[in-house]
Amino acid sequence: MSNINKLFSEELKILNIGTNKFKDDLELQGQKVLQLDWAPPAGGDIEILEIVDKLSSREDIKEANEKTVEIMMNSHPILADVDKAINVIPGMKDNMILHSGPPIEWERMAGPMKGAIIGALIYERLAKDEEEAKKIAASGEIEFAPCNEHCTVGPMAGIVSPSMPVHVIYNKTYGNYSYCTINEGLGKVLRYGAFNDEVIERLKWLENEFAPTIKKALSNIKDGIDIKSIISQGVHMGDECHNRNKASTSLFFREITPYILETDVDSAIVKRVLKFMKENDHYFLNLSMPACKAATDAAHGIENSTIVTTMARNGVDFGIRVSGLGKNQWFTAPANMIKGLMFPGFKEEDASPDIGDSSITETMGIGGFVMGGAPAIVQFVGGTVEDAIGYSEQMYEITVGENTNYSIPTLDFRGSAIGIDIIKVMEKGILPIINTGMAHRVAGIGQVGAGLVNPPMECFKKAILEFNK
Amino acid sequence: MKNTIIRKNAYYDSVTLMSLSSKILDLKGVEEAVVSMATEMNKELLQNVGLATEESHNAGNNDLIIAIKAENENSYEEALKLAEELLNPKNKKKSKGKEEIPKTIDMAMKQFQDANLAVISVPGKFAGREARKALENNLHVMLFSDNVTLEEEKELKEIAREKGLLVMGPDCGTASINNIGLCFSNEVRKGNIGIVGASGTGLQEVMVQIHRLGGGISQALGTGGRDLKEEIGGIMMIESLKALNRDENTEVIVLVSKPPAKSVEKKILEEVKSVEKPVVVCFIDGNREEENDSKAAFVYGLYEAAKKAVEIAGIDKKGIKEENSKLFEKANELKKILKPEQKYFRGLFCGGTLCAEALSILRGKFDHIKSNVAKDEREKLESITGYSGNILIDLGEDEFTVGKPHPMIEPTLRLDKIIEEAKDEEVALILLDFELGYGSHDDPVGVTIKAIKEAKSIASSNGRQLIFVAYICGTDKDKQDYEKQRKMLEEEGVLMAESNMEAANIVIEILSN
Repeated sequence: MSNINKLFSEELKILNIGTNKFKDDLELQGQKVLQLDWAPPAGGDIEILEIVDKLSSREDIKEANEKTVEIMMNSHPILADVDKAINVIPGMKDNMILHSGPPIEWERMAGPMKGAIIGALIYERLAKDEEEAKKIAASGEIEFAPCNEHCTVGPMAGIVSPSMPVHVIYNKTYGNYSYCTINEGLGKVLRYGAFNDEVIERLKWLENEFAPTIKKALSNIKDGIDIKSIISQGVHMGDECHNRNKASTSLFFREITPYILETDVDSAIVKRVLKFMKENDHYFLNLSMPACKAATDAAHGIENSTIVTTMARNGVDFGIRVSGLGKNQWFTAPANMIKGLMFPGFKEEDASPDIGDSSITETMGIGGFVMGGAPAIVQFVGGTVEDAIGYSEQMYEITVGENTNYSIPTLDFRGSAIGIDIIKVMEKGILPIINTGMAHRVAGIGQVGAGLVNPPMECFKKAILEFNK
Repeated sequence: MKNTIIRKNAYYDSVTLMSLSSKILDLKGVEEAVVSMATEMNKELLQNVGLATEESHNAGNNDLIIAIKAENENSYEEALKLAEELLNPKNKKKSKGKEEIPKTIDMAMKQFQDANLAVISVPGKFAGREARKALENNLHVMLFSDNVTLEEEKELKEIAREKGLLVMGPDCGTASINNIGLCFSNEVRKGNIGIVGASGTGLQEVMVQIHRLGGGISQALGTGGRDLKEEIGGIMMIESLKALNRDENTEVIVLVSKPPAKSVEKKILEEVKSVEKPVVVCFIDGNREEENDSKAAFVYGLYEAAKKAVEIAGIDKKGIKEENSKLFEKANELKKILKPEQKYFRGLFCGGTLCAEALSILRGKFDHIKSNVAKDEREKLESITGYSGNILIDLGEDEFTVGKPHPMIEPTLRLDKIIEEAKDEEVALILLDFELGYGSHDDPVGVTIKAIKEAKSIASSNGRQLIFVAYICGTDKDKQDYEKQRKMLEEEGVLMAESNMEAANIVIEILSN
């Protein structure tokens, strides 16, 4: 029987693509109709759509993308060491300061980033006060570079200066390293651009007491601390390891404490170290971020791959990098404003545009991508649990794989969506979802809220145009 | 009070938005309302009505503009509230446990695995791609969208033929599969007559007339108006014909089309020869003299096609009335009230094929009819304003519908035209069609009746009487309540024809010498 005659003998099961009116009249006739929430593909850009269709049919891209995602999933990050940035970060120099997001000059930097740089210069004793720090920063003596170009990631302003201690993450599978500073906690902190004495003193304490203690503790562990395993458990305990790190911080605390106690460090110091970790719900953020970074760095440079290996913001621009394109080739566009809940006393206009490297978590398929399994965070960013599950489900539309290492309990333990494909993003017009904190646009005031944000579509458009060349 | 709001990445289809804009404009105290996607054309429109802002200027294709100008803040707020309400269904939160609303066909197929048909009405430049995706997923396609290129149409239909699937369209307005009306279609009796049509309202008229004559429909398949062009070669007409030949519920087959390209006609008639079932071929406005050796019955009008099919199908003929004598008596009465200078008719059509059929019937009886649907250069209406003489206009043609919904969806497009004709002292008669059925406006007569009244009073205040002749292409089973629609017109003294052909014949009765 031909398919047409088969149709004559069947019940109609209809997809309606376009005006609702036809759906309404079909339903009036008792028909089963599924209405699509259609929008012009590729944002209505015919040129892009042609590229999308051309690239979608290429087998070599498909294979490269699968390989890229495999590397990301097979990566096995462990916390190996804590050391000073200058000692471990490749390419780090005495006059270098790393920052979050894509490259940016001092003049264009966002308020919180400038504040954090001032703080870093004071901390490094390169400047005695704010005024001098600004002068130095503007003089050209200091070399600014994105963390991401130095195997590093930093939350919010993401400032890393040479003396700062950093977590050293080792990717057991592929042998590469990544780095991230120690999370300072909430309130007046450098990453939000604060640089008063309290901030500088805390940074000094981290350098002088905290870091050496952890370093000693880690030296007692043969294989380091398994961060992949903690993330995996954390997402089963309501963390998404971007905005919520309560469970994973607790797990990490349980892992490291015995080793700290085994060291010969003075017990007064040990007490302070443990108290600091116990009181900081976000301690683990600065471990989940570099863990993701280790995996995505390993997956960068796969020929023909259209998978995103970096999403990062500097408070002015949003930048992405793509595995099959250049190592330091950024595709940028102005960063978006975050939509969500403001802390009491703050208004939306107080917030800085999207900032920080923490969207490396979403690049790796956690953070906003697994929000459906982190109900506790949902209210904090101003949504409902259903919204969150919806976001998590939607991300499968723009990704290549499902990461069973990080599975989502509320989706019947489905593996999280991993491997953002620029072709799929452009075709479907669905952007990665990022849940994130909001910094005050003025340096040093701190966090003013939290919410959801997307990268600008422009980044993906630029990338696909370049890829098509 | 005026304000312009931009919503980023909030796509709505133009039909939804246009009907929404007009609802907002209907509110008291609202002076301007533009709710549209920020396309270049719409941005220009916004500029023209003084509602453009820097933000709207920078908005893109997928951003939504809500621009309202109102007398005061209250009216503005009310208008904005209505806009939100009307836009809202789309933002409806999905209920617990339900799946996300799919954005693409591939996504939809995961939720609705046994889907078998896609109805596509997205803008033309994207429609071909969506149709291709549908075919890849083994879906039959009803492609309502127009502005799909001939190359794309050919490619789609070749894929469909290969896979044994239907591609009805592009620019296909009407189909009825298993007696389910798709897009614009009438609710008619189930029966043994299968139709393939390359014209929308032509197909509707044949369905309606078969129903009125007591017959019924097995399938009504549309092919889109260009299927019988040389470039496409009648692919879907032939595939549909084959399918109807195989269909055990179909005993009589009707083909409806404007006259095809010669080479295609040959191919089709060749195919007809291999069909065992009786076939009625209706080439609207076709050449009657032409000889051929086909065993098919050839007719040249829509009513004739229905009548022939019903006859062959063996339906009791009591439904067939040769002439509605009462109506013609009434027409002859009305004829007397015309002033000597009232010489001309004006046909204002919503249905394109109905307009073309009227032209083919009236042509022999009047000199110099002009129409925007005419193929012959001498008959072509140059401009849709400032004309004189006998005129037939299809208001569904592009010159009327750019940026607006088709007049079958929104018949208010015709109202100004009716008033305008009433002012012309040479006009004797206005001929109107009304389409009922799925897809069409919920109350096409209701929205037109005020204009008819006004037209009559304009004429009478100038010492003239104006005759209205109308035809409602619809059945007693249509959702709009046929009787109620008809009654409204009769109460205004409109001469009601039983078919599109009869409406044209009434015009001849009144105005032909």
